[in-house]
Amino acid sequence: MKSVALHNRLTNVFLKSLTLLLILSFSFSSQAQEVDAARQKEGRKLFRSLCASCHKLDKKLVGPALGGVEDRRENDWLQSWIKDNTALIKSGDADAIEAAEFSPTAMTAFPQLDEKQINDILYYTTVGDPVKPGAVADVASASEQGAAPGWLIYILAAAIIVAFLIIASLLKTISELKGAPKTPGAVATINEVWEGVKKNTFLKVLTVIFGALVAAYFLFGTLFKIGVEEGYQPIQPIAFSHKIHAGDNKIECQYCHSSAKHSKTSGIPSVNVCMNCHKGISEVADDTKVVFEDGTLGKSELDSEIAKIYDAAGWDADKLEYTGETKPVKWVRVHNLPDFAYFNHSQHVTVGGLKCQKCHGPVEEMEEVYQYSPLTMGWCIDCHKDTKVDLKGNEYYAKIHKELAAKFGVEQVTIAQLGGKECGKCHY
Amino acid sequence: MASNKKYWKSVEELKDSSVVETLSKNEFVEEIPTDDFLGDKETLENSSTSRRDFLKYVGFTTAAASLAACEGPVRKSIPYVVKPEDTVAGVADWYATTMADGYDFANVLVKTREGRPIQIMPNKEANGTTNARVQASVLSLYDEALRLKEPTKGSTVISWADADKEIGAKLNELKDANQPVVLLTGTMASPSTDKIISEFTTVYPNVEHVVYDAISESGAADAFEAMYGKRALPNYDLSKAKVIASFGADFLGDFHGGFEKSYIAGRKPETGHMSYHVQVESNMSLTGANADKRVVVKPSDQVFALLNLYNAVTGANIPSKATPIDAVVKTLSEDLQKAGSKAVVLTGLNDKNAQLIALAINKALSSDVIDVNNTLNTRQGNDAKVAKVVADLKAGKVAGLITYNVDPVYTLANSADFSEGLKKAKLSVAISTENSATAMASEFVLPAPHYLESWGDVMISESNFGLMQPTIQPLFNTRQLQDTLLTWSGNSTKYYDYLKINSAAILGTTSWNTVLHDGSFNKEVTASNTAGDVDINAVAVALNKATKASAFELNLYAKGGMGDGKQANNPWLQEFPDPITRAAWDNYLTVSMADAKTLGFENPVKDNGAINGNYASVTVNGVTIKNVPVMVQPGQANGSLGLAFGYGKLAGLKEEMQVGVNAYSLYANGNNVQYNVSIEKTSEAVHKFACTQVQKTIAGRHDILKEATLKEYLTVDPKDHKNGWNVPAMVSYDHQEVEAKSIDLWDEHNREVGHHFNLSIDLTSCTGCGACVVACHAENNVPVVGKNEVRVGRDMHWLRIDRYYSSEVETREEAKELGLSRAEMYSALETEAENPSVTFQPMMCQHCNHAPCETVCPVAATSHGRQGQNQMAYNRCVGTRYCANNCPYRVRRFNWFNYAENKEFDFNMNNEYGKMVLNPDVVVRSRGVMEKCSMCIQMTQATILKAKKEGRAVNKDEFSTACSSACTTGAMVFGDVNNKKDEVAALAEDKRAFHVLDYLQTKPNVVYQVKVRNTNEA
Repeated sequence: MKSVALHNRLTNVFLKSLTLLLILSFSFSSQAQEVDAARQKEGRKLFRSLCASCHKLDKKLVGPALGGVEDRRENDWLQSWIKDNTALIKSGDADAIEAAEFSPTAMTAFPQLDEKQINDILYYTTVGDPVKPGAVADVASASEQGAAPGWLIYILAAAIIVAFLIIASLLKTISELKGAPKTPGAVATINEVWEGVKKNTFLKVLTVIFGALVAAYFLFGTLFKIGVEEGYQPIQPIAFSHKIHAGDNKIECQYCHSSAKHSKTSGIPSVNVCMNCHKGISEVADDTKVVFEDGTLGKSELDSEIAKIYDAAGWDADKLEYTGETKPVKWVRVHNLPDFAYFNHSQHVTVGGLKCQKCHGPVEEMEEVYQYSPLTMGWCIDCHKDTKVDLKGNEYYAKIHKELAAKFGVEQVTIAQLGGKECGKCHY
Repeated sequence: MASNKKYWKSVEELKDSSVVETLSKNEFVEEIPTDDFLGDKETLENSSTSRRDFLKYVGFTTAAASLAACEGPVRKSIPYVVKPEDTVAGVADWYATTMADGYDFANVLVKTREGRPIQIMPNKEANGTTNARVQASVLSLYDEALRLKEPTKGSTVISWADADKEIGAKLNELKDANQPVVLLTGTMASPSTDKIISEFTTVYPNVEHVVYDAISESGAADAFEAMYGKRALPNYDLSKAKVIASFGADFLGDFHGGFEKSYIAGRKPETGHMSYHVQVESNMSLTGANADKRVVVKPSDQVFALLNLYNAVTGANIPSKATPIDAVVKTLSEDLQKAGSKAVVLTGLNDKNAQLIALAINKALSSDVIDVNNTLNTRQGNDAKVAKVVADLKAGKVAGLITYNVDPVYTLANSADFSEGLKKAKLSVAISTENSATAMASEFVLPAPHYLESWGDVMISESNFGLMQPTIQPLFNTRQLQDTLLTWSGNSTKYYDYLKINSAAILGTTSWNTVLHDGSFNKEVTASNTAGDVDINAVAVALNKATKASAFELNLYAKGGMGDGKQANNPWLQEFPDPITRAAWDNYLTVSMADAKTLGFENPVKDNGAINGNYASVTVNGVTIKNVPVMVQPGQANGSLGLAFGYGKLAGLKEEMQVGVNAYSLYANGNNVQYNVSIEKTSEAVHKFACTQVQKTIAGRHDILKEATLKEYLTVDPKDHKNGWNVPAMVSYDHQEVEAKSIDLWDEHNREVGHHFNLSIDLTSCTGCGACVVACHAENNVPVVGKNEVRVGRDMHWLRIDRYYSSEVETREEAKELGLSRAEMYSALETEAENPSVTFQPMMCQHCNHAPCETVCPVAATSHGRQGQNQMAYNRCVGTRYCANNCPYRVRRFNWFNYAENKEFDFNMNNEYGKMVLNPDVVVRSRGVMEKCSMCIQMTQATILKAKKEGRAVNKDEFSTACSSACTTGAMVFGDVNNKKDEVAALAEDKRAFHVLDYLQTKPNVVYQVKVRNTNEA
């Protein structure tokens, strides 16, 4: 029995140590499978520049999803496919012919890639994107916790004021107790002044005039703001963020608002312009956020916003084809000029060479666009009065500018001197 | 001497009318009836609105208005889903196309914005011309009320496939039974359509194609066929003519489609030569108004005068009768013979024999002006065939009738016969763009697209092959006639492909795209038609027999605005004042002054500037039209009456447009002259004309126009004190007579820098056609105000064409000075009024450099631009109307109401389709503001912007206005006087140039050129 027990014990120890060993070796092997960050980075870079317009790792696009493609195909086959898929198909390779049937669009050949680069790309498809260190978020939340909440400051301030008042009243009581004469209360003082004012006609008149002026000032100011929609920020049918497009991704304003160069309107881009990029971008990066005043949109919300474009364009994101069922997007107009004012974008953008931001403000920082400028006539005229025209190289201005500069005795004439202040230039 | 001429606008002015006197002092004749109300104590006391109520209303509305103003409306901006590549929102695209609606044929350019046609302009590179109707046709495209939207059978909507099936079955049934079917169309002048129809008639041999023109020129086509063997209309190049003799041919109006371009090309005084134009006519036509010598005579005498002219020219002796104008005819014949091949004779009588006489005279003169090879295809109707169709239809011999864009129920004199016959037909199909009486009477109604939505080809003349292309997606569920016929013939080719293949044969090596871009193709004329022998004596005998001189003769005519009535539902054309009578929204019987006196017709002027009239009933060959309003027309031949086509159309039209009487009911056998007419004053009821004739009076400034004869122009110094024909206004300064423009109350602005716009209007070249008036409507969103508002002088025309009569024996005052007795005076004045000479003067804001309007505006809403334009800021205007009262040219218009989105003014600005024609670059004015001509500042600014964007100076003659672009005779020239290369720079300094009312020293930027007439003096 003993021996058995011993055996048992021995076995037990053996098993235990084996387990430990296994665990250790597992942990070691997981150490050994540590991602080669350099290869991953290189592969990701190549993938994003060459492959990403048609492929994603986890989703089909024009081409199939490429995550784990190394498991599905031999490396040799992949090498020759990527370098020149047409040749491979022509060679009669059965796999290649089958792969070619995935999409009617033939894949681009990449003869410029060497074996190592292809392997890097394939490596990237296997290991995927680098995992974001979770600490980043933790740090952020920790720093937020570290900062004092806003309301605490107010409480502190209130406490200080209360303390001051208490101290003042204590000091007063003490001095009174010490025998100092009683000072009249604040109410009594005000009453005394009031009695004086009531008797003095001049002061009365002065007060009325002052009051009237203040009232007029505020009334005038209020009335003048009627119809001025500065800061107007309507909710748009799609939560489109200019910050992401024009700010983060640095898309040129006139890529989408292309008619600003040619026309009086800057042009809301048609949905097919969105689809130029969004045909390949059906979702945002994981940590993308759009912060609105009344809430934050995360990845899932933003992806559903992109789906709205597909809905409008009639794009079937699964079948990757247009259904033909389109419906226009009904944007809400932010900048509204009255009908009796004529404004032409191309005059300002093409001829005047103004930056869009001059009137529209830092659009590239706006999550949701608002009206930056008041768009009042005074605002227009101020700019026309001050801006000197610098139109060298434009033959239209050559003669007239020379003559006007001589007439006004200036080196550079302003827009107003060119006639940019005349009523009929904008009202017809 | 010309400058002594006195100008008058209405018959009333010649009479002792205090009303006219009053009117000349008031710009706004309608008094606001405050005194009626406030002066009457009883009304005030009985009024349900107390003073307190009134204050409550004022308070409430003010508060409500301010509150409403606080929150702006949410506006949507909806972009394309897929933007067409060549469209940029906010930038206009122009397309060349060709108009052909059966009556008007023109090479045009179409301006589109965001895919909507908004304006029609002549395609000047293709030698195209436009008139008021062509200009207005863009609005007919959007006629939501009248256009057909779905194929129907009876009153039920059916699909095109069902319609094809049912009609196809009927057609086959009729074909098998060999029962005749008639395809009745208007003139299409389309080679490809002719071919499609011939293929259709091959498949269905029982179908006969008959061409029917509502206003027929069958006589001219028949005559040409008789003499030259080809059924077509001769062409005329009037620019070659030295002497033009016209017997009632309104060739500046609708005769063969109009010849104003070549006519004016031959009348440029700068060249030293002008054609001498003699017009023998009974109605005062546009052509007669432009003639150098107008001979007033009854229609029957025109016929005999034509025969006498033939005798005089050829020395023959064909039967004729003596006429009161034999002496004139004799002189005319001498003039014609002297001019020889540079002379031409035209006649507007729709009578084969009369036309043959004219052709024979031209042949005798061996006229170069008439072109018998490059013939016109604009009128192909055949009266004899149409008459037979109607008779057969009535007799039940025609089993099927397919009509295409014709409305015989409205336009036939014997429309009752037609309607009766139509009911008997087994198959009746109306293929039509618009609803009509005929469509309503047909079983199947198939909507066809408007020409701006269609493909097509148009052979206006043998040398002018124009292509028609769509400028907008079809608005309704329509299908072209050609596609329909191809389908019925069993041909599956689309008409677009068919057209392309068919055109290739005509275009030769020129590509389809080039011609589509240019709009027309100049085809070589290979025909060589030679005159055959015609027995002129027999022709004359027949003509004598047909001409039944009678006490009253009726000459039916077409107005410049309404034409044949195809566009009667077009508010622009209804509101367009007739160039001669200046009456809008009506047709009427024109009666000579002498006849009016005998029959007791009068046109009294009311104190609000409106004129009234009496009613008559007119009977011709047993057909009577009752209650025809009567207009007394100076220059109307005694014993003759005139009545315009195109009115009295009811079917499908809006109520406001159902105006006038239907003259077609008197149009028996397609004869535009009807004899044995009886006329009777029916009642004392008063007809209210919408006539702008007396409104905007000239306030006694009778020297508003300047005229000269060609001889004076060539020989006399224009500024000669005694005989000069363009003497500037003189004033006394330092006891010396100096030119008024040399002294000034104000400091003159420097106008040398930058652009300075001028508009030159040549009164010699202006025919008064009015294309510019409609072009101005389209470009500037000028509202239509309706008959009643026009009547009281509230028309909104920014540009009007004033028509002045003038006579040598002048005013009452002058008659008194001459010591004439009262009776003698009247007779003298009336004799003058029997045949006054006519001058047209387009009048719009003169853009005065020293504008009287600008100084009186209390809010500075109207101000002067450095480029010469008098600017009007509508949003600043508070409506005091001081400016209008201070304007000596009477060109400012007050917006009494909101004309847009207002069901009281149910015209194009009050429905979604009609609003599509609005120009997005010009604001739609709100109520209570002054508006006026802006010298198309939106167009000058656009031209400047284009040059700036391209980084270049503005090109020569690049600036234009809507009116100057629409003017095909070149009477209106716009440009920059500071650019010496611009045509207008020289014109502004021309010896013919003058400013209207120059002694007022307003220094206008609109400059007129003295009217020169060729009086044929040696």
